[in-house]
Amino acid sequence: MQEPKTAVNDTSIPMYKEQNKKETKRRISWLQPQKAISKKLYLSLSVSSFILILLVWSGLTYTQIVDPLFLPTPTDIIHSAVTLFTELGFATDILATISRVFVGFLLALIIGLPLGILIGTFKVVEAFFEPVISFVRYMPVSAFIPLFILWIGVEEPEKIAVIFVGSFFSLVLMIAVEVGNVRKELLEAAYTLGSTNFGIIKSVILPAAMPGIMEITRLVLGWAWTYIIVAELIAAPSGIGHVIIESQRMIRTSNIIFGIIVIGILGLICDVVLKIVTRKLFSWNYGR
Amino acid sequence: MKPKVTIQNIQKVYKGKTDVLAVDTINFNIMENEFITILGPSGCGKSTLLRMVGGLEEQTSGHIYLGDQELVGPSSNRGMVFQAYSLFPWLTIEKNIQFGLKNKGMKEAERKEISDSYIELVGLKGFEKHYPNQLSGGMKQRVAIARALANDPEILLLDEPFGALDSQTRLIMQELLLNIWEKKKKTILFITHDVEEAIFLGSRVLVMTSRPGKIKEDISIELSHPRTYHVKSDPAFIKIKDHLTELIREESLKAIELEVQK
Repeated sequence: MQEPKTAVNDTSIPMYKEQNKKETKRRISWLQPQKAISKKLYLSLSVSSFILILLVWSGLTYTQIVDPLFLPTPTDIIHSAVTLFTELGFATDILATISRVFVGFLLALIIGLPLGILIGTFKVVEAFFEPVISFVRYMPVSAFIPLFILWIGVEEPEKIAVIFVGSFFSLVLMIAVEVGNVRKELLEAAYTLGSTNFGIIKSVILPAAMPGIMEITRLVLGWAWTYIIVAELIAAPSGIGHVIIESQRMIRTSNIIFGIIVIGILGLICDVVLKIVTRKLFSWNYGR
Repeated sequence: MKPKVTIQNIQKVYKGKTDVLAVDTINFNIMENEFITILGPSGCGKSTLLRMVGGLEEQTSGHIYLGDQELVGPSSNRGMVFQAYSLFPWLTIEKNIQFGLKNKGMKEAERKEISDSYIELVGLKGFEKHYPNQLSGGMKQRVAIARALANDPEILLLDEPFGALDSQTRLIMQELLLNIWEKKKKTILFITHDVEEAIFLGSRVLVMTSRPGKIKEDISIELSHPRTYHVKSDPAFIKIKDHLTELIREESLKAIELEVQK
């Protein structure tokens, strides 16, 4: 953008006549590292990768090269989807899984956000919490599941506990790092503008770290989807994971595959929605 | 007349494996409405000195007074303009400028009135609702200056604020700052390593030695105001410039020698 009050008079630029120079042949630009490509090309390449998978899959299954027990045909999967939704109440299972993820994750966020901010801001808080949290973070949450079943049972609270433990510690540590990376110049500027030690958290640290915190939320929520399936696979009265494990017992491979696809789609929707919301809310952080 | 700011026997030692004396026994006064530029080679501790006056760093020994009051820690009575990247990117230009006023608990309407007048002063009318990442480097520094001034500080501290700008923009910004100083009767302490900038802006230039930084010379600049860039070709200006260039060169060479000896 220009400095203000500098008028550029476009008509003053002399126009040169096109000269009969020989044009050198352009290099093939899509082989130039990091060179941008057109939107159209990008989109068609993205779509073609899905089509390719579908083609290979169809080729392997409709020709019966692969036993349908191991890999059913796309049509089988569609049949399964219809039966699952119309006869087996799959929608209820999906809702059960979604609500577990959201309750568990929300709890982790409600407690983890303030704690992460405090750890990232005050060294005394960091010294007290950080080592313990780092330690617990490396304990895989799936290993806790038998213990949780013993303590809490197999009902909803146990599922929520798995999501909570799986996301809480990562959330806290990553938020703390993000908050600790807020640029010092911003804090110093705020102090010389009369901010107090506590006022600065609300007026500088929080807004500066917010886009990063949203990115972290998006990432950890993605992990939470995998934890819930693990928890449901082990013991659950309902949920997508429950449907998958039941289908295994009855050797309904197409149900399993459809269940996995649904998990993927749900995760993708979550991701895209959060991404769009972040860009809308924090447009100042994303270019012009 | 009583000095506005008194800097008394300031020393700064950085503790480490071997202690480094960065700033050595500096004494000077800043009078009301003075525009002091501090000129020194890079690494001489001039920024450290400014940051101590701003309260962002603590001196190892010595005292700094604002009037009769000893200064401890940062406060809104000393406004600061940093080299770059100090605007709040999530706030619009006008909200950036109102930041300090909001800290004071001022009402919205009054804040708006003040920010409007400073946006006008730095020539950014029409950019009130823009965000910092929509502005060029020069415009960002205009906002930073307006933000510091809007708080009406006792003294304005500037730490090489135009160092990252191209030379044309830099000249425009120097004239803008001089113009503001002439209009608003502010007291200013300005750090630079650019000889021309120091003379052009300053009513007084303090030259610092290489590390450990001491005051080597204290020169009043008797060039008349209002100054425009034409003054840079004035024989009196060139004479001072030659002299200071020589001084800074000596110090820079010393600094390089010190580096080499390490």
